[in-house]
Amino acid sequence: MSALVPLLVGIPLLGAAINLIFGRRKKTQIVVSVASLSAVLVLGAVLLVTVDTSGPIAVALAGWDIPLGIVLYVDVLAALLVVVTAVVLLAVLLFSIGQGAADNDEDTPVSIFYPAYLILGAGIFNAFIAGDLFNLYVGFEILLVASYVLITLGSTEQRIRAGVVYIVVSLVSSILFLAAIAMVYGALGTVNMVQISERMAQLPQDTQTILHLMLLLAFAIKAAVFPLSFWLPDSYPTAPAPVTAVFAGLLTKVGVYAIIRTETQLFVSNDLNFLLMMVALATMIVGILGAVAQAELKRILSFTLVSHIGYMIFGLAINTPLAVGATIYYIVHHIIVQTTLFLAVGLIERRAGSTSILKVKGLMRGAPLLAVLYFIPAINLGGLPPFSGFIGKYALFDAAAQIGTPVMMVLIVGGVVTSILTLYALMRAWNLSFWREQEDSPETVERIAYLGNAPAAGISTEKRTIPRIMTLATAGMVTVTIALTVFAGPLLDACLRAGERITEGVTLVQLQDEGAE
Amino acid sequence: MSISLVLVIVMGVLFACGVYAMLERSLTRVLIGFLLLGNAANLLLLIVMGRPGIAPFYDGGETDAAEMSDALPQALTLTAIVITFGISAFLLALIYRSWQLGQADTVVDDAEDVALRERTAGEPEDAMDEESRSDDEDVTTDFVGDVASPIRVLHQGDLSSLVDDAPVDRVAVRRDGPGVRRGSDGAASPPPQTDDGAGSADGREDGDRS
Repeated sequence: MSALVPLLVGIPLLGAAINLIFGRRKKTQIVVSVASLSAVLVLGAVLLVTVDTSGPIAVALAGWDIPLGIVLYVDVLAALLVVVTAVVLLAVLLFSIGQGAADNDEDTPVSIFYPAYLILGAGIFNAFIAGDLFNLYVGFEILLVASYVLITLGSTEQRIRAGVVYIVVSLVSSILFLAAIAMVYGALGTVNMVQISERMAQLPQDTQTILHLMLLLAFAIKAAVFPLSFWLPDSYPTAPAPVTAVFAGLLTKVGVYAIIRTETQLFVSNDLNFLLMMVALATMIVGILGAVAQAELKRILSFTLVSHIGYMIFGLAINTPLAVGATIYYIVHHIIVQTTLFLAVGLIERRAGSTSILKVKGLMRGAPLLAVLYFIPAINLGGLPPFSGFIGKYALFDAAAQIGTPVMMVLIVGGVVTSILTLYALMRAWNLSFWREQEDSPETVERIAYLGNAPAAGISTEKRTIPRIMTLATAGMVTVTIALTVFAGPLLDACLRAGERITEGVTLVQLQDEGAE
Repeated sequence: MSISLVLVIVMGVLFACGVYAMLERSLTRVLIGFLLLGNAANLLLLIVMGRPGIAPFYDGGETDAAEMSDALPQALTLTAIVITFGISAFLLALIYRSWQLGQADTVVDDAEDVALRERTAGEPEDAMDEESRSDDEDVTTDFVGDVASPIRVLHQGDLSSLVDDAPVDRVAVRRDGPGVRRGSDGAASPPPQTDDGAGSADGREDGDRS
């Protein structure tokens, strides 16, 4: 079984190489991309079942024994996120294939899209299964370099401008991460996560705090935690729709995943929970207030993305097994729902020729299927029962209420307010874009006049047809969001088990045993 | 663990210079800053290696482990160098493309941010803004108002006799706006307009690809 683990990274990289060789043949590229991501999905599912039934797998690469060499480590958390990532990547790939086929755009450098997309996947998988800090760094770099290419795809002036913000911010966070790894190695003499967690307790508290803060800072930039989230709404909305969808769903979550490992594994004996709680509250509130002020759908979604990162940080700050489990469930929910919403907005953009809620109107009459595809994930994200957003938030608030301190109560209230405001922002967009008639009455014009001041309120693009495969990909994702609700019981159980396992911690001996099996 | 003080100082200076250069608006300076930061981080990795010793695994395991150099930070540094190299190459391509589009390697303001700023500039300001407004009179930062000192391409300046033979993917536009004039005293030229290349026919400028 352990021989399969490196394939999670190897298959997408191999697929990318083949894609580069066949740069001129679009069909070959499509087949190879779909095949390699499907293979990873199957592999991830097999690993998830194995890991859930018979315990984590550790793989020592290149013949070095476990604390010395590079270790790949797959536990329930990693395997679950690999499966979810593969599902999302596959759905968005289908969406982009539909888009590319419909536009038949000679200018779009699709020959670089597929390889970059697969390398992005390889980086994400590598980050999830990394067993040491440096391999995590390498995973981050792989996915970041691929994301640099994707966010500046086509290199128009606007995308270069937005891409530069993203790239420079990412560079800074990478350097911080590298410096933090050097400091950790200097202090502890290892980069293996299990060994770090065993030796960390011997360090004085202030040294621990410095290392902890450096790592958190690097990851918080990637996860877009307030006040380090300013770059996200600036750079995401300009990228092509499929790229934005993947970035929004996955890239920030890799940062959150790294924070999970940091909090639950590396720094068990060092407590920054109060700081994390305040940051989580600020992320939720500031993010959602930003979303309320926007009139452009992609910007609204980018701001809700930032604000919902706050929930995950909140769960980690509670730092009980239950809370970590709830956070994992929330991450899974949020990856899928946020991606689906961005895909739905991509469809709206094609159908209506704009993403500004001032300009899009009358879609309910014109495109009822699109309305369903937007509405379900929207109320899901807003946290209405019975959807997974409600279940995830309920599990989080439950974990917080069990602690029951006044700070927890404040955060719960903050979370509820954020949830309501999310619903408000998304439903306002829903009302204006879908229910509004083609001709505005004077009262409506007056009532929405204040939105005219919002950024990008006047944006419009070319109207295009929606190919069936794009609708199918989006509908497939909507089905997955519903499945998250229907199978919430087993999924939440698996997440809670993962949370328990992580907070228990792993010793080096266990790791070596798992590697020997 | 004894470490070399000189190396630590060099690392500190590199970090400081790198951060300073990265704060600039010019992308070329950002690249230089990134290179300095990358080298500083690599130096940090080498510093945590500790005292250098004999090469490990050199003579069939007869060397005492205490006399060996720690090999792991070297491996990490090598990996980091390769990554820095790759990203630098990408940044160079980005700078080149940025220059093709706007004849300058500076990062222009977001059009929406500019619009927002202009809209709020007309509104009456709160008493709380009193202090910052008085500062704005004489102090400008890189990201408000004029660009400090963008790296501009020569043929855009007064050296009109220079021929630009760099490959471009569109017809170069020659303009005689205020942005072209550069005084010999090195005075800052106005920020490059966001619509620098908008007037030219650029087949790739297809905003609908998103």
